[in-house]
Formats: sequence, structure tokens, C-alpha cells
Amino acid sequence: MLAIIIGMALVTAVPRLIPAFIMDKIMFKPWLNRWLNAIPYAALGALIFPGILSVIPERPIVGLIGGAVALAIAFFNVNVIFSVIGAIFTVFLLTM
Amino acid sequence: MELTSGEKLNQTKKEAIRRGFAQGLPIYLGYIPIAIAYGVLATQSGLTIGETTLMSAFVYAGASQFMGVNMVAHGALFMQIVIATFVLNFRHFILSLSLMNRLKHFPLRVKALLSVTLTDESFAVSMAQEDEEKKDNSIYFYLTMFLVAYFSWVVGSLFGAVIGDVLPSALSDSMGIALYAMFIGLLIPSVKKEWKFGLIAVISMLLNFILINYLGFSDELEGWAIVIATLAASSLGIVLLKGDEG
Repeated sequence: MLAIIIGMALVTAVPRLIPAFIMDKIMFKPWLNRWLNAIPYAALGALIFPGILSVIPERPIVGLIGGAVALAIAFFNVNVIFSVIGAIFTVFLLTM
Repeated sequence: MELTSGEKLNQTKKEAIRRGFAQGLPIYLGYIPIAIAYGVLATQSGLTIGETTLMSAFVYAGASQFMGVNMVAHGALFMQIVIATFVLNFRHFILSLSLMNRLKHFPLRVKALLSVTLTDESFAVSMAQEDEEKKDNSIYFYLTMFLVAYFSWVVGSLFGAVIGDVLPSALSDSMGIALYAMFIGLLIPSVKKEWKFGLIAVISMLLNFILINYLGFSDELEGWAIVIATLAASSLGIVLLKGDEG
């Protein structure tokens, strides 16, 4: 088991670490910087959907409604925690 | 968002630590129920309490840990587990590239510590803090947020392994939405400022959906789906964001 844990740890840590060592040595062309700067928005999109459908796997609509509530709250420029609590509460009510 | 651009760039060490803790709050809230669930599953799959906690401390990547203990329970081979973990977690390489590009000027040992504890969630919170890296003492902001997230994951796993499933299932099921809601909450303020960011996010969602549902990138291949969707959608930024950079 320990070997599996160490193997998993290595293949996870190395890709995370490499950018810390290479980024300051490379000067990127502006187009490449624009690409890197757009990554957070694309990554957030891919992390949200379709994963959110599996919050309650047998009822994908519950995740969607919870997400819609989080989105509506986020439009009021409040701290993220309110979106989180609002969405949890919504899913809680829908699954009662 | 608590912070908007144009806010002061000077902050004391204490303020940076306090803000790092506060901005990371949704992460801790999201991690704890998932970590407990992982701890329960891992011990049910035959891991000892020590192994369960050690995996959280060394691997620190939730989805791959669930997959790993599941594969152990089904008698998978060492190489199968390690390769599947690599595939699932390779997206962190892309996220780390993007974050380290912003934090270039930080000392190497700080960058090493932040990158090795980088998760989808700590990345998302970092990227939503506009101009954070230009502020005084911002190193303490990042270190606090990353390390508290790390400890909440490790301690939550230990808790689940030792105490078992203490949260009522209605509550832990509902809390499954927490991290998705956090991602949405972090994305929206940027989209309100610049619609192009929203377009990139929506295209990435659609690509990811198509890859997973129609092109066979399901289960452990979802890691590749996220990498491909992220790289493809963000490449639109090359054209869309022309002239936007400072």
C-alpha cells in the first residue's frame, strides 16, 4: 500500500512542481501570455460542467438548480461564501 | 468579491494572513465533508487509518484518492493505479503553469511549496484575486490559503477514518455542491467585468461535456477531457483578449 501511495504522490507532485522551476527562466511571447491568462476561466468552466450534474447523480437537475442559485447570488458581488451557503441550502431543500 | 481592482496595494503581513484565511473559507467548508467521505471509503476499502491519512498528506488530490482506493478495493495493479492517477491529475500542470506565470517573482521555495499543494480549488481562489501578487506581503496570503486548505483536507480524512460518517447524509449530500458553487462564485465577478471570460468558460464547459459524453472521455479519462477543454477554450484568449493585457 505504501508503494501505491508513493507512486500516486510522485505522479501528482511532479507535474504540479515543474512549472515552479521553469516559469521564471522563460520569457513568453505576448500571445502565449494571453493564452495562460485565459486558462483560469476555461479551467473553471470545465470544472463546473458537466460535473455539477452529478451532485445528486440520479437527479442532475438538482445540481443545475443549486448552480443557478449560486450564480444569482454571485451577481450581487457578495463574498463567495454566500453563493456556497445558498447552493448548499437549495440542494438540501430539494433533496428533503 | 471582497476585493476589487484599484484597492490599495499595501497590506500588512497580518492583513495578508487574515485575508488568506477568509478567502479560503469556502474551500475548507467544501473539503471537510468530502475528506470525511474519503476517509470512510478508504478504511472500508481496507486501508489502515495511517495509510488513509498518509495518502491525503502525500497525494492531496481528492478525485484521484477516491479513484485510487476504489481501484485498490477492486484489486487493480500498482501500475494501473499510478497511470490512472497521473492522467487524472495532469490538469494541475496546466493550472500550475498559469499560476506560476503570475507568481514569477516569488522566491523559488515559496513557489515550490505553493505548486506542490496546488488544487483546482486553491488555484481558483488565487486566480480570482486581482492584482494580489503585486501587493505587499502577498506571499503570506497565498501560503495561508493553500496551507489551511491542505490541513483541512488531511485532518478531514483522518477524522473520517477514525470517527466514520458523522455528518447526516442529507447534509453531506447537499454539501457536495459547495465546491461547484465556489467555482461559480469565483467566475461570475470576472465575467461581469469582461464578457469574453464568460464566453471562454462556456465554450470550455461545452467542449468538456462533448468529450465526456460523446467522445468516450469518461471515468478516469475525465482528467484528459478537462485538460483538452481547458487548453482549447483558453486558446481563444489569444485572439479574444488581444489588446486587453497591460
